[in-house]
Amino acid sequence: MSPLLTLLRKDVVAEWRHKHMLFGVLLYVGSMVFIIYAMAGRPEASVWNVLFWVSQLFAAVNAAARSFLAESAARFRYYATLVPARTYFLSKLLYGLVLQLLVTLASLLLFAVLLGLPLYRPFEFLLTAFLGSLSLSLVFTFLSAIASRAGGNAALMAILGFPLLLPVLMMLGRMALAGITAVETPGWWSLVGALTGLDALLLALGLVLFPVLWKE
Amino acid sequence: MIILSRHHWWKTLCVLLLTYTLFAGLLGGVPARFILNESIRNLYFHVPMWFGMLGLFTGSFVYAIKYLRSGNPLDDLRSVSWLKVGVLFSILGMITGMIWATYTWGEPWSNDPKQLGTAVCMLSYFAYLVLRSGIPDDEKRAKIAAVYNVFAYAMIFPLLFVIPRIVDSLHPGNGGNPAFSNYDLDAKMRLVFYPAVIGWFLLGLWMTQLRIRLGKIQNRIEDAQPFRHA
Repeated sequence: MSPLLTLLRKDVVAEWRHKHMLFGVLLYVGSMVFIIYAMAGRPEASVWNVLFWVSQLFAAVNAAARSFLAESAARFRYYATLVPARTYFLSKLLYGLVLQLLVTLASLLLFAVLLGLPLYRPFEFLLTAFLGSLSLSLVFTFLSAIASRAGGNAALMAILGFPLLLPVLMMLGRMALAGITAVETPGWWSLVGALTGLDALLLALGLVLFPVLWKE
Repeated sequence: MIILSRHHWWKTLCVLLLTYTLFAGLLGGVPARFILNESIRNLYFHVPMWFGMLGLFTGSFVYAIKYLRSGNPLDDLRSVSWLKVGVLFSILGMITGMIWATYTWGEPWSNDPKQLGTAVCMLSYFAYLVLRSGIPDDEKRAKIAAVYNVFAYAMIFPLLFVIPRIVDSLHPGNGGNPAFSNYDLDAKMRLVFYPAVIGWFLLGLWMTQLRIRLGKIQNRIEDAQPFRHA
């Protein structure tokens, strides 16, 4: 088996063995959606959209906080002797994406049950949700690496990430709105193109910068 | 003559251009525009801040890459000095813009894409400074800060061209708003505007140079007295 898959498998198995971590994230999402429901009821589509993306942002910070922050420095040094830094980074990225997709799916289900799911154009909305998960997990996985090198403070991830993600979230909100309302959004595909391009750029940057970041 | 020397001529130019900007900008003729009126003079002070900010952040980004390639602590000092002056320019640009917006658009904050873009830059680079201040080890701080700098720059700058497509703008050239557009900026104003842009940017460079020198001196003092803080 390739090193990438082995590392990914190790993360998934570790996650399954420490079930409290996984269920902790899901419980976090569950409580958050329930708070939103208790306070907002069944809001109209534009408010629903905002609430959904803000909840995604917070869930993503919480879920990705563990990707690098959970590893001790000693353990990383051990990995560094076994695999190239890029492979290690890719495995964390993939793992973060899987976890984030799970979180998105769970919050979508909860939103559908509690706040309603006004799907108008399902394909557009689901594609946006996928691109959102991809962008959020890319950014926060990388910032988790930075935060863990800078002393392992999880709050640092939010401080570094929120400003960077503001434009991305605005794009996502605009794209998702086309999926849940009858509003025509001219240039929807160019937004998809811009976001995909940005994700490709982030991936490339991560692969270039991560080895530098981890070299001691 | 120090003011005309090979190394300092641009500082002389900066002083001359800014003196000219100050006098010609406040006393020179401007076209009478609806709503804008005399506030159009703010163009010479507000817009150069925005250009200067972009230029200074780009300089900081270039030195961050240089640092990652060379590992030279001087490049880190240069990168952070460019960035700090850029942050100052962004704050000044934001304040002059908000004052201007109060009298022309009716409120200091109107969710204009350029305002948003500046706010995102400010928050991201404040976060950069927070990140730096949290890492005690010099080499580690320089490396992590440079990595974040490159990441943030690459992430924000493409989006500065995407946000305007999402949010309606009040700035000139976007929709029918009461401000000037390229067609309104008459020849007389151009004669002040372009020198102002160059002058303010040179002032930014000058401040950056002074910051770098100050940083070098501080480093030397710390090297000479290694146990001063212990």
